[in-house]
Amino acid sequence: MNTLDDIVAHALAEFAAISEPAKLEEAKARYLGKTGQITEQMKTLGKLPPEEKKTVGAAINAAKNKVEEALNARRESLKRVALEAQLTSEALDVTLPGRSEQRGGLHPVTRSLERIEALFASIGFAVADGPEIEDDFHNFTALNTPEDHPARSMHDTFYLQNPDGSVADKVLLRTHTSPIQARYMQAHVARYGHLTHMPEIRIIAPGRVYRVDSDATHSPMFHQVEGLWVGEDVSFADLKGVIADFLRSFFETDDLNVRFRPSFFPFTEPSAEIDVAFISGALKGRWLEIAGCGMVHPNVLKIAGIDPEKYTGFAFGFGPDRLTMLRYGVNDLRLFFEGDLRFLRQFA
Amino acid sequence: MKFSESWLRTLVDPDLTSEALSHALTMAGLEVEELKPVAPAFDQVVVAQVLEVARHPDADRLNVCRVDTGNGEPATIVCGAPNVAVGLKVPCALPGAQLPGGLTIKVAKVRGVESSGMLCSAKELGIAEEASGLLVLPADAPVGQSLRQVLDLDDCQFELKLTPNRADCLSLLGIAREVGAITGAATRLPEVAEIPATIADTRAIVLDAPTACPLYCGRIIKGVDARAATPEWMKRRLERSGIRAISALVDVTNYVMLELGQPLHAFDNTRLAGAVHARMAKPGEKLLLLNEQTIAVDADVLMIADDAKPLAMAGIMGGEESGISLETRELFLESAFFTPSVIAGRARRYGFGSDASHRFERGVDFGGTRRAIERATRLILDICGGQAGPVVEARAALPSRQPVRLRTTRAEKVLGLTLGAERIAALFAGLGLSFARQGDDFLVTPPSWRFDMEIEEDLIEEIARLHGYDNIPAPAPRGRMKMMPQLEAQRPATRIRQMLADRGYQEVVNFAFVETAWEADFAGKSEEGELIRLANPIASQMAVMRSTLIGGLVANLVTNLRRKQSRVRLFELGRCFGRDAQGAPVAGFSQPWRLAGLAYGGALPEGWAAGARKVDFFDLKGDLGALLTPAELRWEKTAHPALHPGRAARVLLAGREIGMLGELHPQWTQKYELPQAPVVFELDFAALEMAQTPVFAEVSKFQPVIRDLAVVVDHDLPLQALLDGLQKGKPELVRDVQLFDLYAGKGVLENKKSLAFRIVMQDTQRTLLDSEVDAAMQQLVSCLERAFGAQLRA
Repeated sequence: MNTLDDIVAHALAEFAAISEPAKLEEAKARYLGKTGQITEQMKTLGKLPPEEKKTVGAAINAAKNKVEEALNARRESLKRVALEAQLTSEALDVTLPGRSEQRGGLHPVTRSLERIEALFASIGFAVADGPEIEDDFHNFTALNTPEDHPARSMHDTFYLQNPDGSVADKVLLRTHTSPIQARYMQAHVARYGHLTHMPEIRIIAPGRVYRVDSDATHSPMFHQVEGLWVGEDVSFADLKGVIADFLRSFFETDDLNVRFRPSFFPFTEPSAEIDVAFISGALKGRWLEIAGCGMVHPNVLKIAGIDPEKYTGFAFGFGPDRLTMLRYGVNDLRLFFEGDLRFLRQFA
Repeated sequence: MKFSESWLRTLVDPDLTSEALSHALTMAGLEVEELKPVAPAFDQVVVAQVLEVARHPDADRLNVCRVDTGNGEPATIVCGAPNVAVGLKVPCALPGAQLPGGLTIKVAKVRGVESSGMLCSAKELGIAEEASGLLVLPADAPVGQSLRQVLDLDDCQFELKLTPNRADCLSLLGIAREVGAITGAATRLPEVAEIPATIADTRAIVLDAPTACPLYCGRIIKGVDARAATPEWMKRRLERSGIRAISALVDVTNYVMLELGQPLHAFDNTRLAGAVHARMAKPGEKLLLLNEQTIAVDADVLMIADDAKPLAMAGIMGGEESGISLETRELFLESAFFTPSVIAGRARRYGFGSDASHRFERGVDFGGTRRAIERATRLILDICGGQAGPVVEARAALPSRQPVRLRTTRAEKVLGLTLGAERIAALFAGLGLSFARQGDDFLVTPPSWRFDMEIEEDLIEEIARLHGYDNIPAPAPRGRMKMMPQLEAQRPATRIRQMLADRGYQEVVNFAFVETAWEADFAGKSEEGELIRLANPIASQMAVMRSTLIGGLVANLVTNLRRKQSRVRLFELGRCFGRDAQGAPVAGFSQPWRLAGLAYGGALPEGWAAGARKVDFFDLKGDLGALLTPAELRWEKTAHPALHPGRAARVLLAGREIGMLGELHPQWTQKYELPQAPVVFELDFAALEMAQTPVFAEVSKFQPVIRDLAVVVDHDLPLQALLDGLQKGKPELVRDVQLFDLYAGKGVLENKKSLAFRIVMQDTQRTLLDSEVDAAMQQLVSCLERAFGAQLRA
């Protein structure tokens, strides 16, 4: 059966030499088509005596299988090559930049305020708000700072003009966020005053405040965060605990000394200034004044309609601009208010 | 309050270093703002007397001096100072001396002459910025003695930043008392003896306003020498307290004020006529003050006057005419108590202040009025000579000092620690407070020098301060647990900010006071009645409260373009301000929170894959839609002073206008020199905060049918009109109508446009029949034809 082996060998060699799928199909016809060489061999079977038919038939079938197998293998191989070629041609430069909107970002002080709000929310402080054009009563009088009180000279207050050009008597730009304390307590009493035990007040009040002051370390508009906790058993020790916890949480470090030093604010007593000193880093060892605080003055509670015998509380006021500068190492307060994208994008 | 440490230590001398003393003061509430030595470190500098001066043989500008430095043999010292002269006493740095700046003095040849030391100027010793020659020492300075000792240079200057409640510490006496209480060191307060009168001259004193001035002491001193020299020690103490020495009489009054805290005033007695009155100002009264200002005083200003004329603004400043000069021979010396509320704020009202008003408005010890006049008399007689008359004292009702109750339990509750009554008693005793015990309660009578002890909390503060804030524990806070509300129907500000940031906007914070022009340009406000002006703006471009955030954003854009930023997206969330008769909570003003944004430059960041398309109205409209999802906004063409009239929309939410969006008016684009027009928006923040709690609706199990519909309508017809018409005229089964194509141009008549809608039809209960769908489409078409003259597009 040399011829059959030759046909197979020939077919295999021919398939292997073909690199185009169409040519391969043409070659298939030459072996397996209606007049293909293998098919022709099949046709000879009929003429053979029955005893040879079986063995010759089996041999032809084996040859046919071999040719078909080789054909399929070659087909697969050519497909694979074609796919590879396609994939190569479709390849991207994955190092090209992505196509999308550039993300913006929050103002760095907002970043701090959001963290401050979240930290205080975690111990049950809600956020309160109040007007920026404020009346004299809430900015001063309700905070135990009557007219001509020397403490008023600590604030350089922006006053407003009436439409006729005269100075409006009793309206000003709030010099601190403390009037929110006064307003919040009044509202709280209006709502809960009838109860034997009023719910506790636990708020922080962030906002913009204004003072007639402008240099490298002072901006005529800046931020404050007021805090207030009033309840039936709130002490100066609690104030110290909350503040120490807050500062270590805000700066995410225990490498921080916090000290309270006696001070004076008309609306708190006893009052304290809070200083921090970092144990490591660029500001290592320097006491930095960071907030004012104290126990809410009984007069302030009384003005709001709260019985100071029954309820005590503490209040504090932080400068979030300062906190932000310390946290991120910003060296000039004025950068916060200049809207320079090269600065602001650093906080995106 | 500045003072010299060595002066303080004559009154109280705790066993503490300067630094430790400073820390103790700070931690007791007297914040030390600055602590600095009065002289830098140097040693082996002594008082020397120049015995001989001879020209240096080889140098024109140098002298060879023989100098007595106090150790026997005179020293030869070469000196270049122009003022060296025989007999002068000057500082001499001996061989081995270390001078400021690291200079060490050695025996050395100067141009061939051996010099064993250096005669010094004040500058060379670091005790003055400039010097023109040797520091000339007083003639009585002992030769050979250490200069540091003679000039008291081992001293520090303290500067206290006192809080307004601690007027009692505006004197050395007060600080000494405080240091005694803090440290337990014994105090040696100055003894002041009564000066007997040697002349009989007096001047009557009339308290016309006894509540304003309840105590006034006056005394005549005759025959003083106003030109007498102020002693060096007094000058030094004054200067180290930040007060310039002027003349003996002025220096004495200042010295006593520093020492005892009592401001004094000296009148030239010859300028006074009749009795001295303490009375309120008369209508139209004017006075020329010592600071050369003429003040028309208001009726609530307390005056010192004689029978004929005003002499001084009591407790604030004396008058020029009745003041003392170097010619004065005869004084009328005043030591008085003025009620703080009568002095408070007055000086500030006239735009000045004085050391006296600073003290009187905070409270001066009315128990020390007499002591101060005696002390000043002693010093005047000692320095300027003269004869003192008797003190005339006029007295009315002084401030009362009611006993204040302190409960130990209350103090412990407020402070949150256990102290015990004994500890409190000890702290009070240290402060020199007089008190009575009632079990664990105290009845404390505040001293005349304290004006900040009226209620229990005042005493609790004293306890806390002296016990030490450091010694109060700082436990983790305890409180009643109650959940914080989580309002689902309120979109938090943090979320809104984040969404804008995610869409490419950078947050800014701008000043709330703006240029007047911005209000006109961006809010159309130019009438004075509409503007909110500051009475005392810091600069003219920060004069008006903003009623819109747009101006700030445009200014930010200008700044950033100047800094070569070509694509800018900004937002600000802040308050705006307007006059509003109905405004609350502060009457007359509305102060809404607004959110504004600005976009400029490419629609996408510049890049290999980004097209060149610039950001436009519809980019921002898309951003706002996303911000407020799922709320349905309506947009209407509008006119706005800030915006391009053809590219401006007002935004409505549930029928209410909540803001605007549009391209900046070309007029402003030009005025603010912008290469292209930015697109801006401004919305009421209150509307943005409104979110919705979702409500479930059944999802249909049946497939929707989707058909397209293209019509040609007038070019000027707004889409919203068509959508509204369809909404009204559509059959029930039409669920949604979406515009998917807009075309004008070839194939469509001029003044017309083609709109293509995708129509979604569905029934939740069954599959729609073809005939129903066809009928619905027909209904839509005829609705559009009828209402808008629309033609079906072939």
